[in-house]
Amino acid sequence: MSSTRQSKLGDWVFFNLTRFFALFVLLMLGGTVASLILGAWPAIERFGWSFLWSGEWNPPMERFGALIPIYGTLATSLIALIIAVPVSFGIAIFLTEMAPGWLKRPLGIAIELLAGVPSIVYGMWGLLVFSPVFANYAQPMLAATLGKLPVIGALFSGPALGIGILSAGVVLAIMTIPFIASVMRDVFDVTPPMLKESAYGLGATTWEVVWHVVLPYTKVGVIGGVMLGLGRALGETMAVTFLIGNMNVFGGFSLFLPGNSIASALANEFAEADSPIYAASLIELGLILFFITFLVLSLSKLLLMQLSRRGGRET
Amino acid sequence: MNPSPMPGLTTQISIRKFDFYYGKYQALKNINLDVYSRKITSFIGPSGCGKSTLLRTLNRMYDLYPDQRAVGEILLDGRNILDRGVSVNELRAKVGMVFQKPTPFPMSIYENIAFGVRLHEQLSRVEMDDRVEWALRKAALWEEAKDKLQYSGMSLSGGQQQRLCIARGIAVKPEVLLLDEPTSALDPISTMRIEELLNELKEDFTIVIVTHNMQQAARVSDFTAYMYLGELIEFGVTDEVFVKPKMKATEDYITGRFG
Repeated sequence: MSSTRQSKLGDWVFFNLTRFFALFVLLMLGGTVASLILGAWPAIERFGWSFLWSGEWNPPMERFGALIPIYGTLATSLIALIIAVPVSFGIAIFLTEMAPGWLKRPLGIAIELLAGVPSIVYGMWGLLVFSPVFANYAQPMLAATLGKLPVIGALFSGPALGIGILSAGVVLAIMTIPFIASVMRDVFDVTPPMLKESAYGLGATTWEVVWHVVLPYTKVGVIGGVMLGLGRALGETMAVTFLIGNMNVFGGFSLFLPGNSIASALANEFAEADSPIYAASLIELGLILFFITFLVLSLSKLLLMQLSRRGGRET
Repeated sequence: MNPSPMPGLTTQISIRKFDFYYGKYQALKNINLDVYSRKITSFIGPSGCGKSTLLRTLNRMYDLYPDQRAVGEILLDGRNILDRGVSVNELRAKVGMVFQKPTPFPMSIYENIAFGVRLHEQLSRVEMDDRVEWALRKAALWEEAKDKLQYSGMSLSGGQQQRLCIARGIAVKPEVLLLDEPTSALDPISTMRIEELLNELKEDFTIVIVTHNMQQAARVSDFTAYMYLGELIEFGVTDEVFVKPKMKATEDYITGRFG
């Protein structure tokens, strides 16, 4: 009898302990949001919603607006994804469908190692190695080709400085590729071989099998991987700080121009924030980054729901 | 041992001096076999005898795996399909395949069938609708599926999913349909429906079926090949193989004394 009572007590303790840990996550989340709002309150009170669309960042005059860092964060992350998603997809297809056995493991390990390189290293490499090459060769070439097109030409014009939104985006892409590629590889690997053979058996090419069968089968995992990469890109601080130029002035839509991102503004300016309103504005930037991440996550959930509807309704 | 031709029958596939290797391991040894047009041929034998391996060479599925290798001749319409110059995509349009477990693609029932057709033909919307209906009717699934063509293929029951896979295979209008233990994951009633279906399909297609179930081979097939340890032991008209086998090994296997 006593042993059953003991095990009941054990169950009770275990149940409540695990429940506490699980609820602790919610508590931490709520606490983070609350303290961010509290810390940002002076700025929220003073600037209201205009903080979101004001492009002025003027510490001496104590006038602050988040538009430029928001734009920089979104633009660099978007560039990173535009480059990283197709490249990672290609890497994952090669590793799972086409690479000979002896190449699979070393390549897979190399990609995982790349994911482990600290971001400061990417930042230094970006500034010292990548940026001069980018300024001397890639940017003039882009200006001469894409820069000549109507509309999007404006994005690729201006001086080739080597640092700016585009450079930061490209280095962010290099940093996120290992994450997205290794997640994609892992989910492609769990596609049942018989399902793939069924598609090959109908006479499909490798591309048709991957595009029409493997990708729809693994879409949840693939989108999860892309979101993991996007999360990294949005919050990445060191590498972006090295490359984005840290300019709080909006000079035009050219991606060659320097800009700023939320994370690098926070990293660069917190030490200098001498007035309470300056510090509060920076904290409000953090709050905005938090909401952007939250929004991205919600959008990805919506996208998944949309996709599952298109893949044929369940009964 | 060269198979002697059967009178009144057209040979669809002839396999000659065929060896197959997984790396260094030889899985099939000197197979000589004819598959007759619009008949059902079954491959039986204990696990590991090479019957699935042989089936998977008929559409060159082994091509996907770099360490698998085939030597010899497999003639389909007079052409050796093992030749490097043969396009596997075209070959697989002529030789369809159904697997042990139902493998519906993650798309709607309609798209499951249209997918394979689109790989090889450009059809208008109306023609495609007709083709999908034709394939589903042939696979005896039309009545059950016609009201939910836009639902996911995964929403069907196991037996229905397998008939969907058969419909998908025949929608491409192949000459040969390969079935690799198609009922091993199904209940007896679904199995019976598939067997009835095969009987109807042989009017239009040449069917090769691998099965673990000897009763199934006896029920559905016109010709039976008994294989053991990578060799073809006996091949002949199903009734003869089952009633008075020529080889002692075959008799032992089909009477259950071994296997």
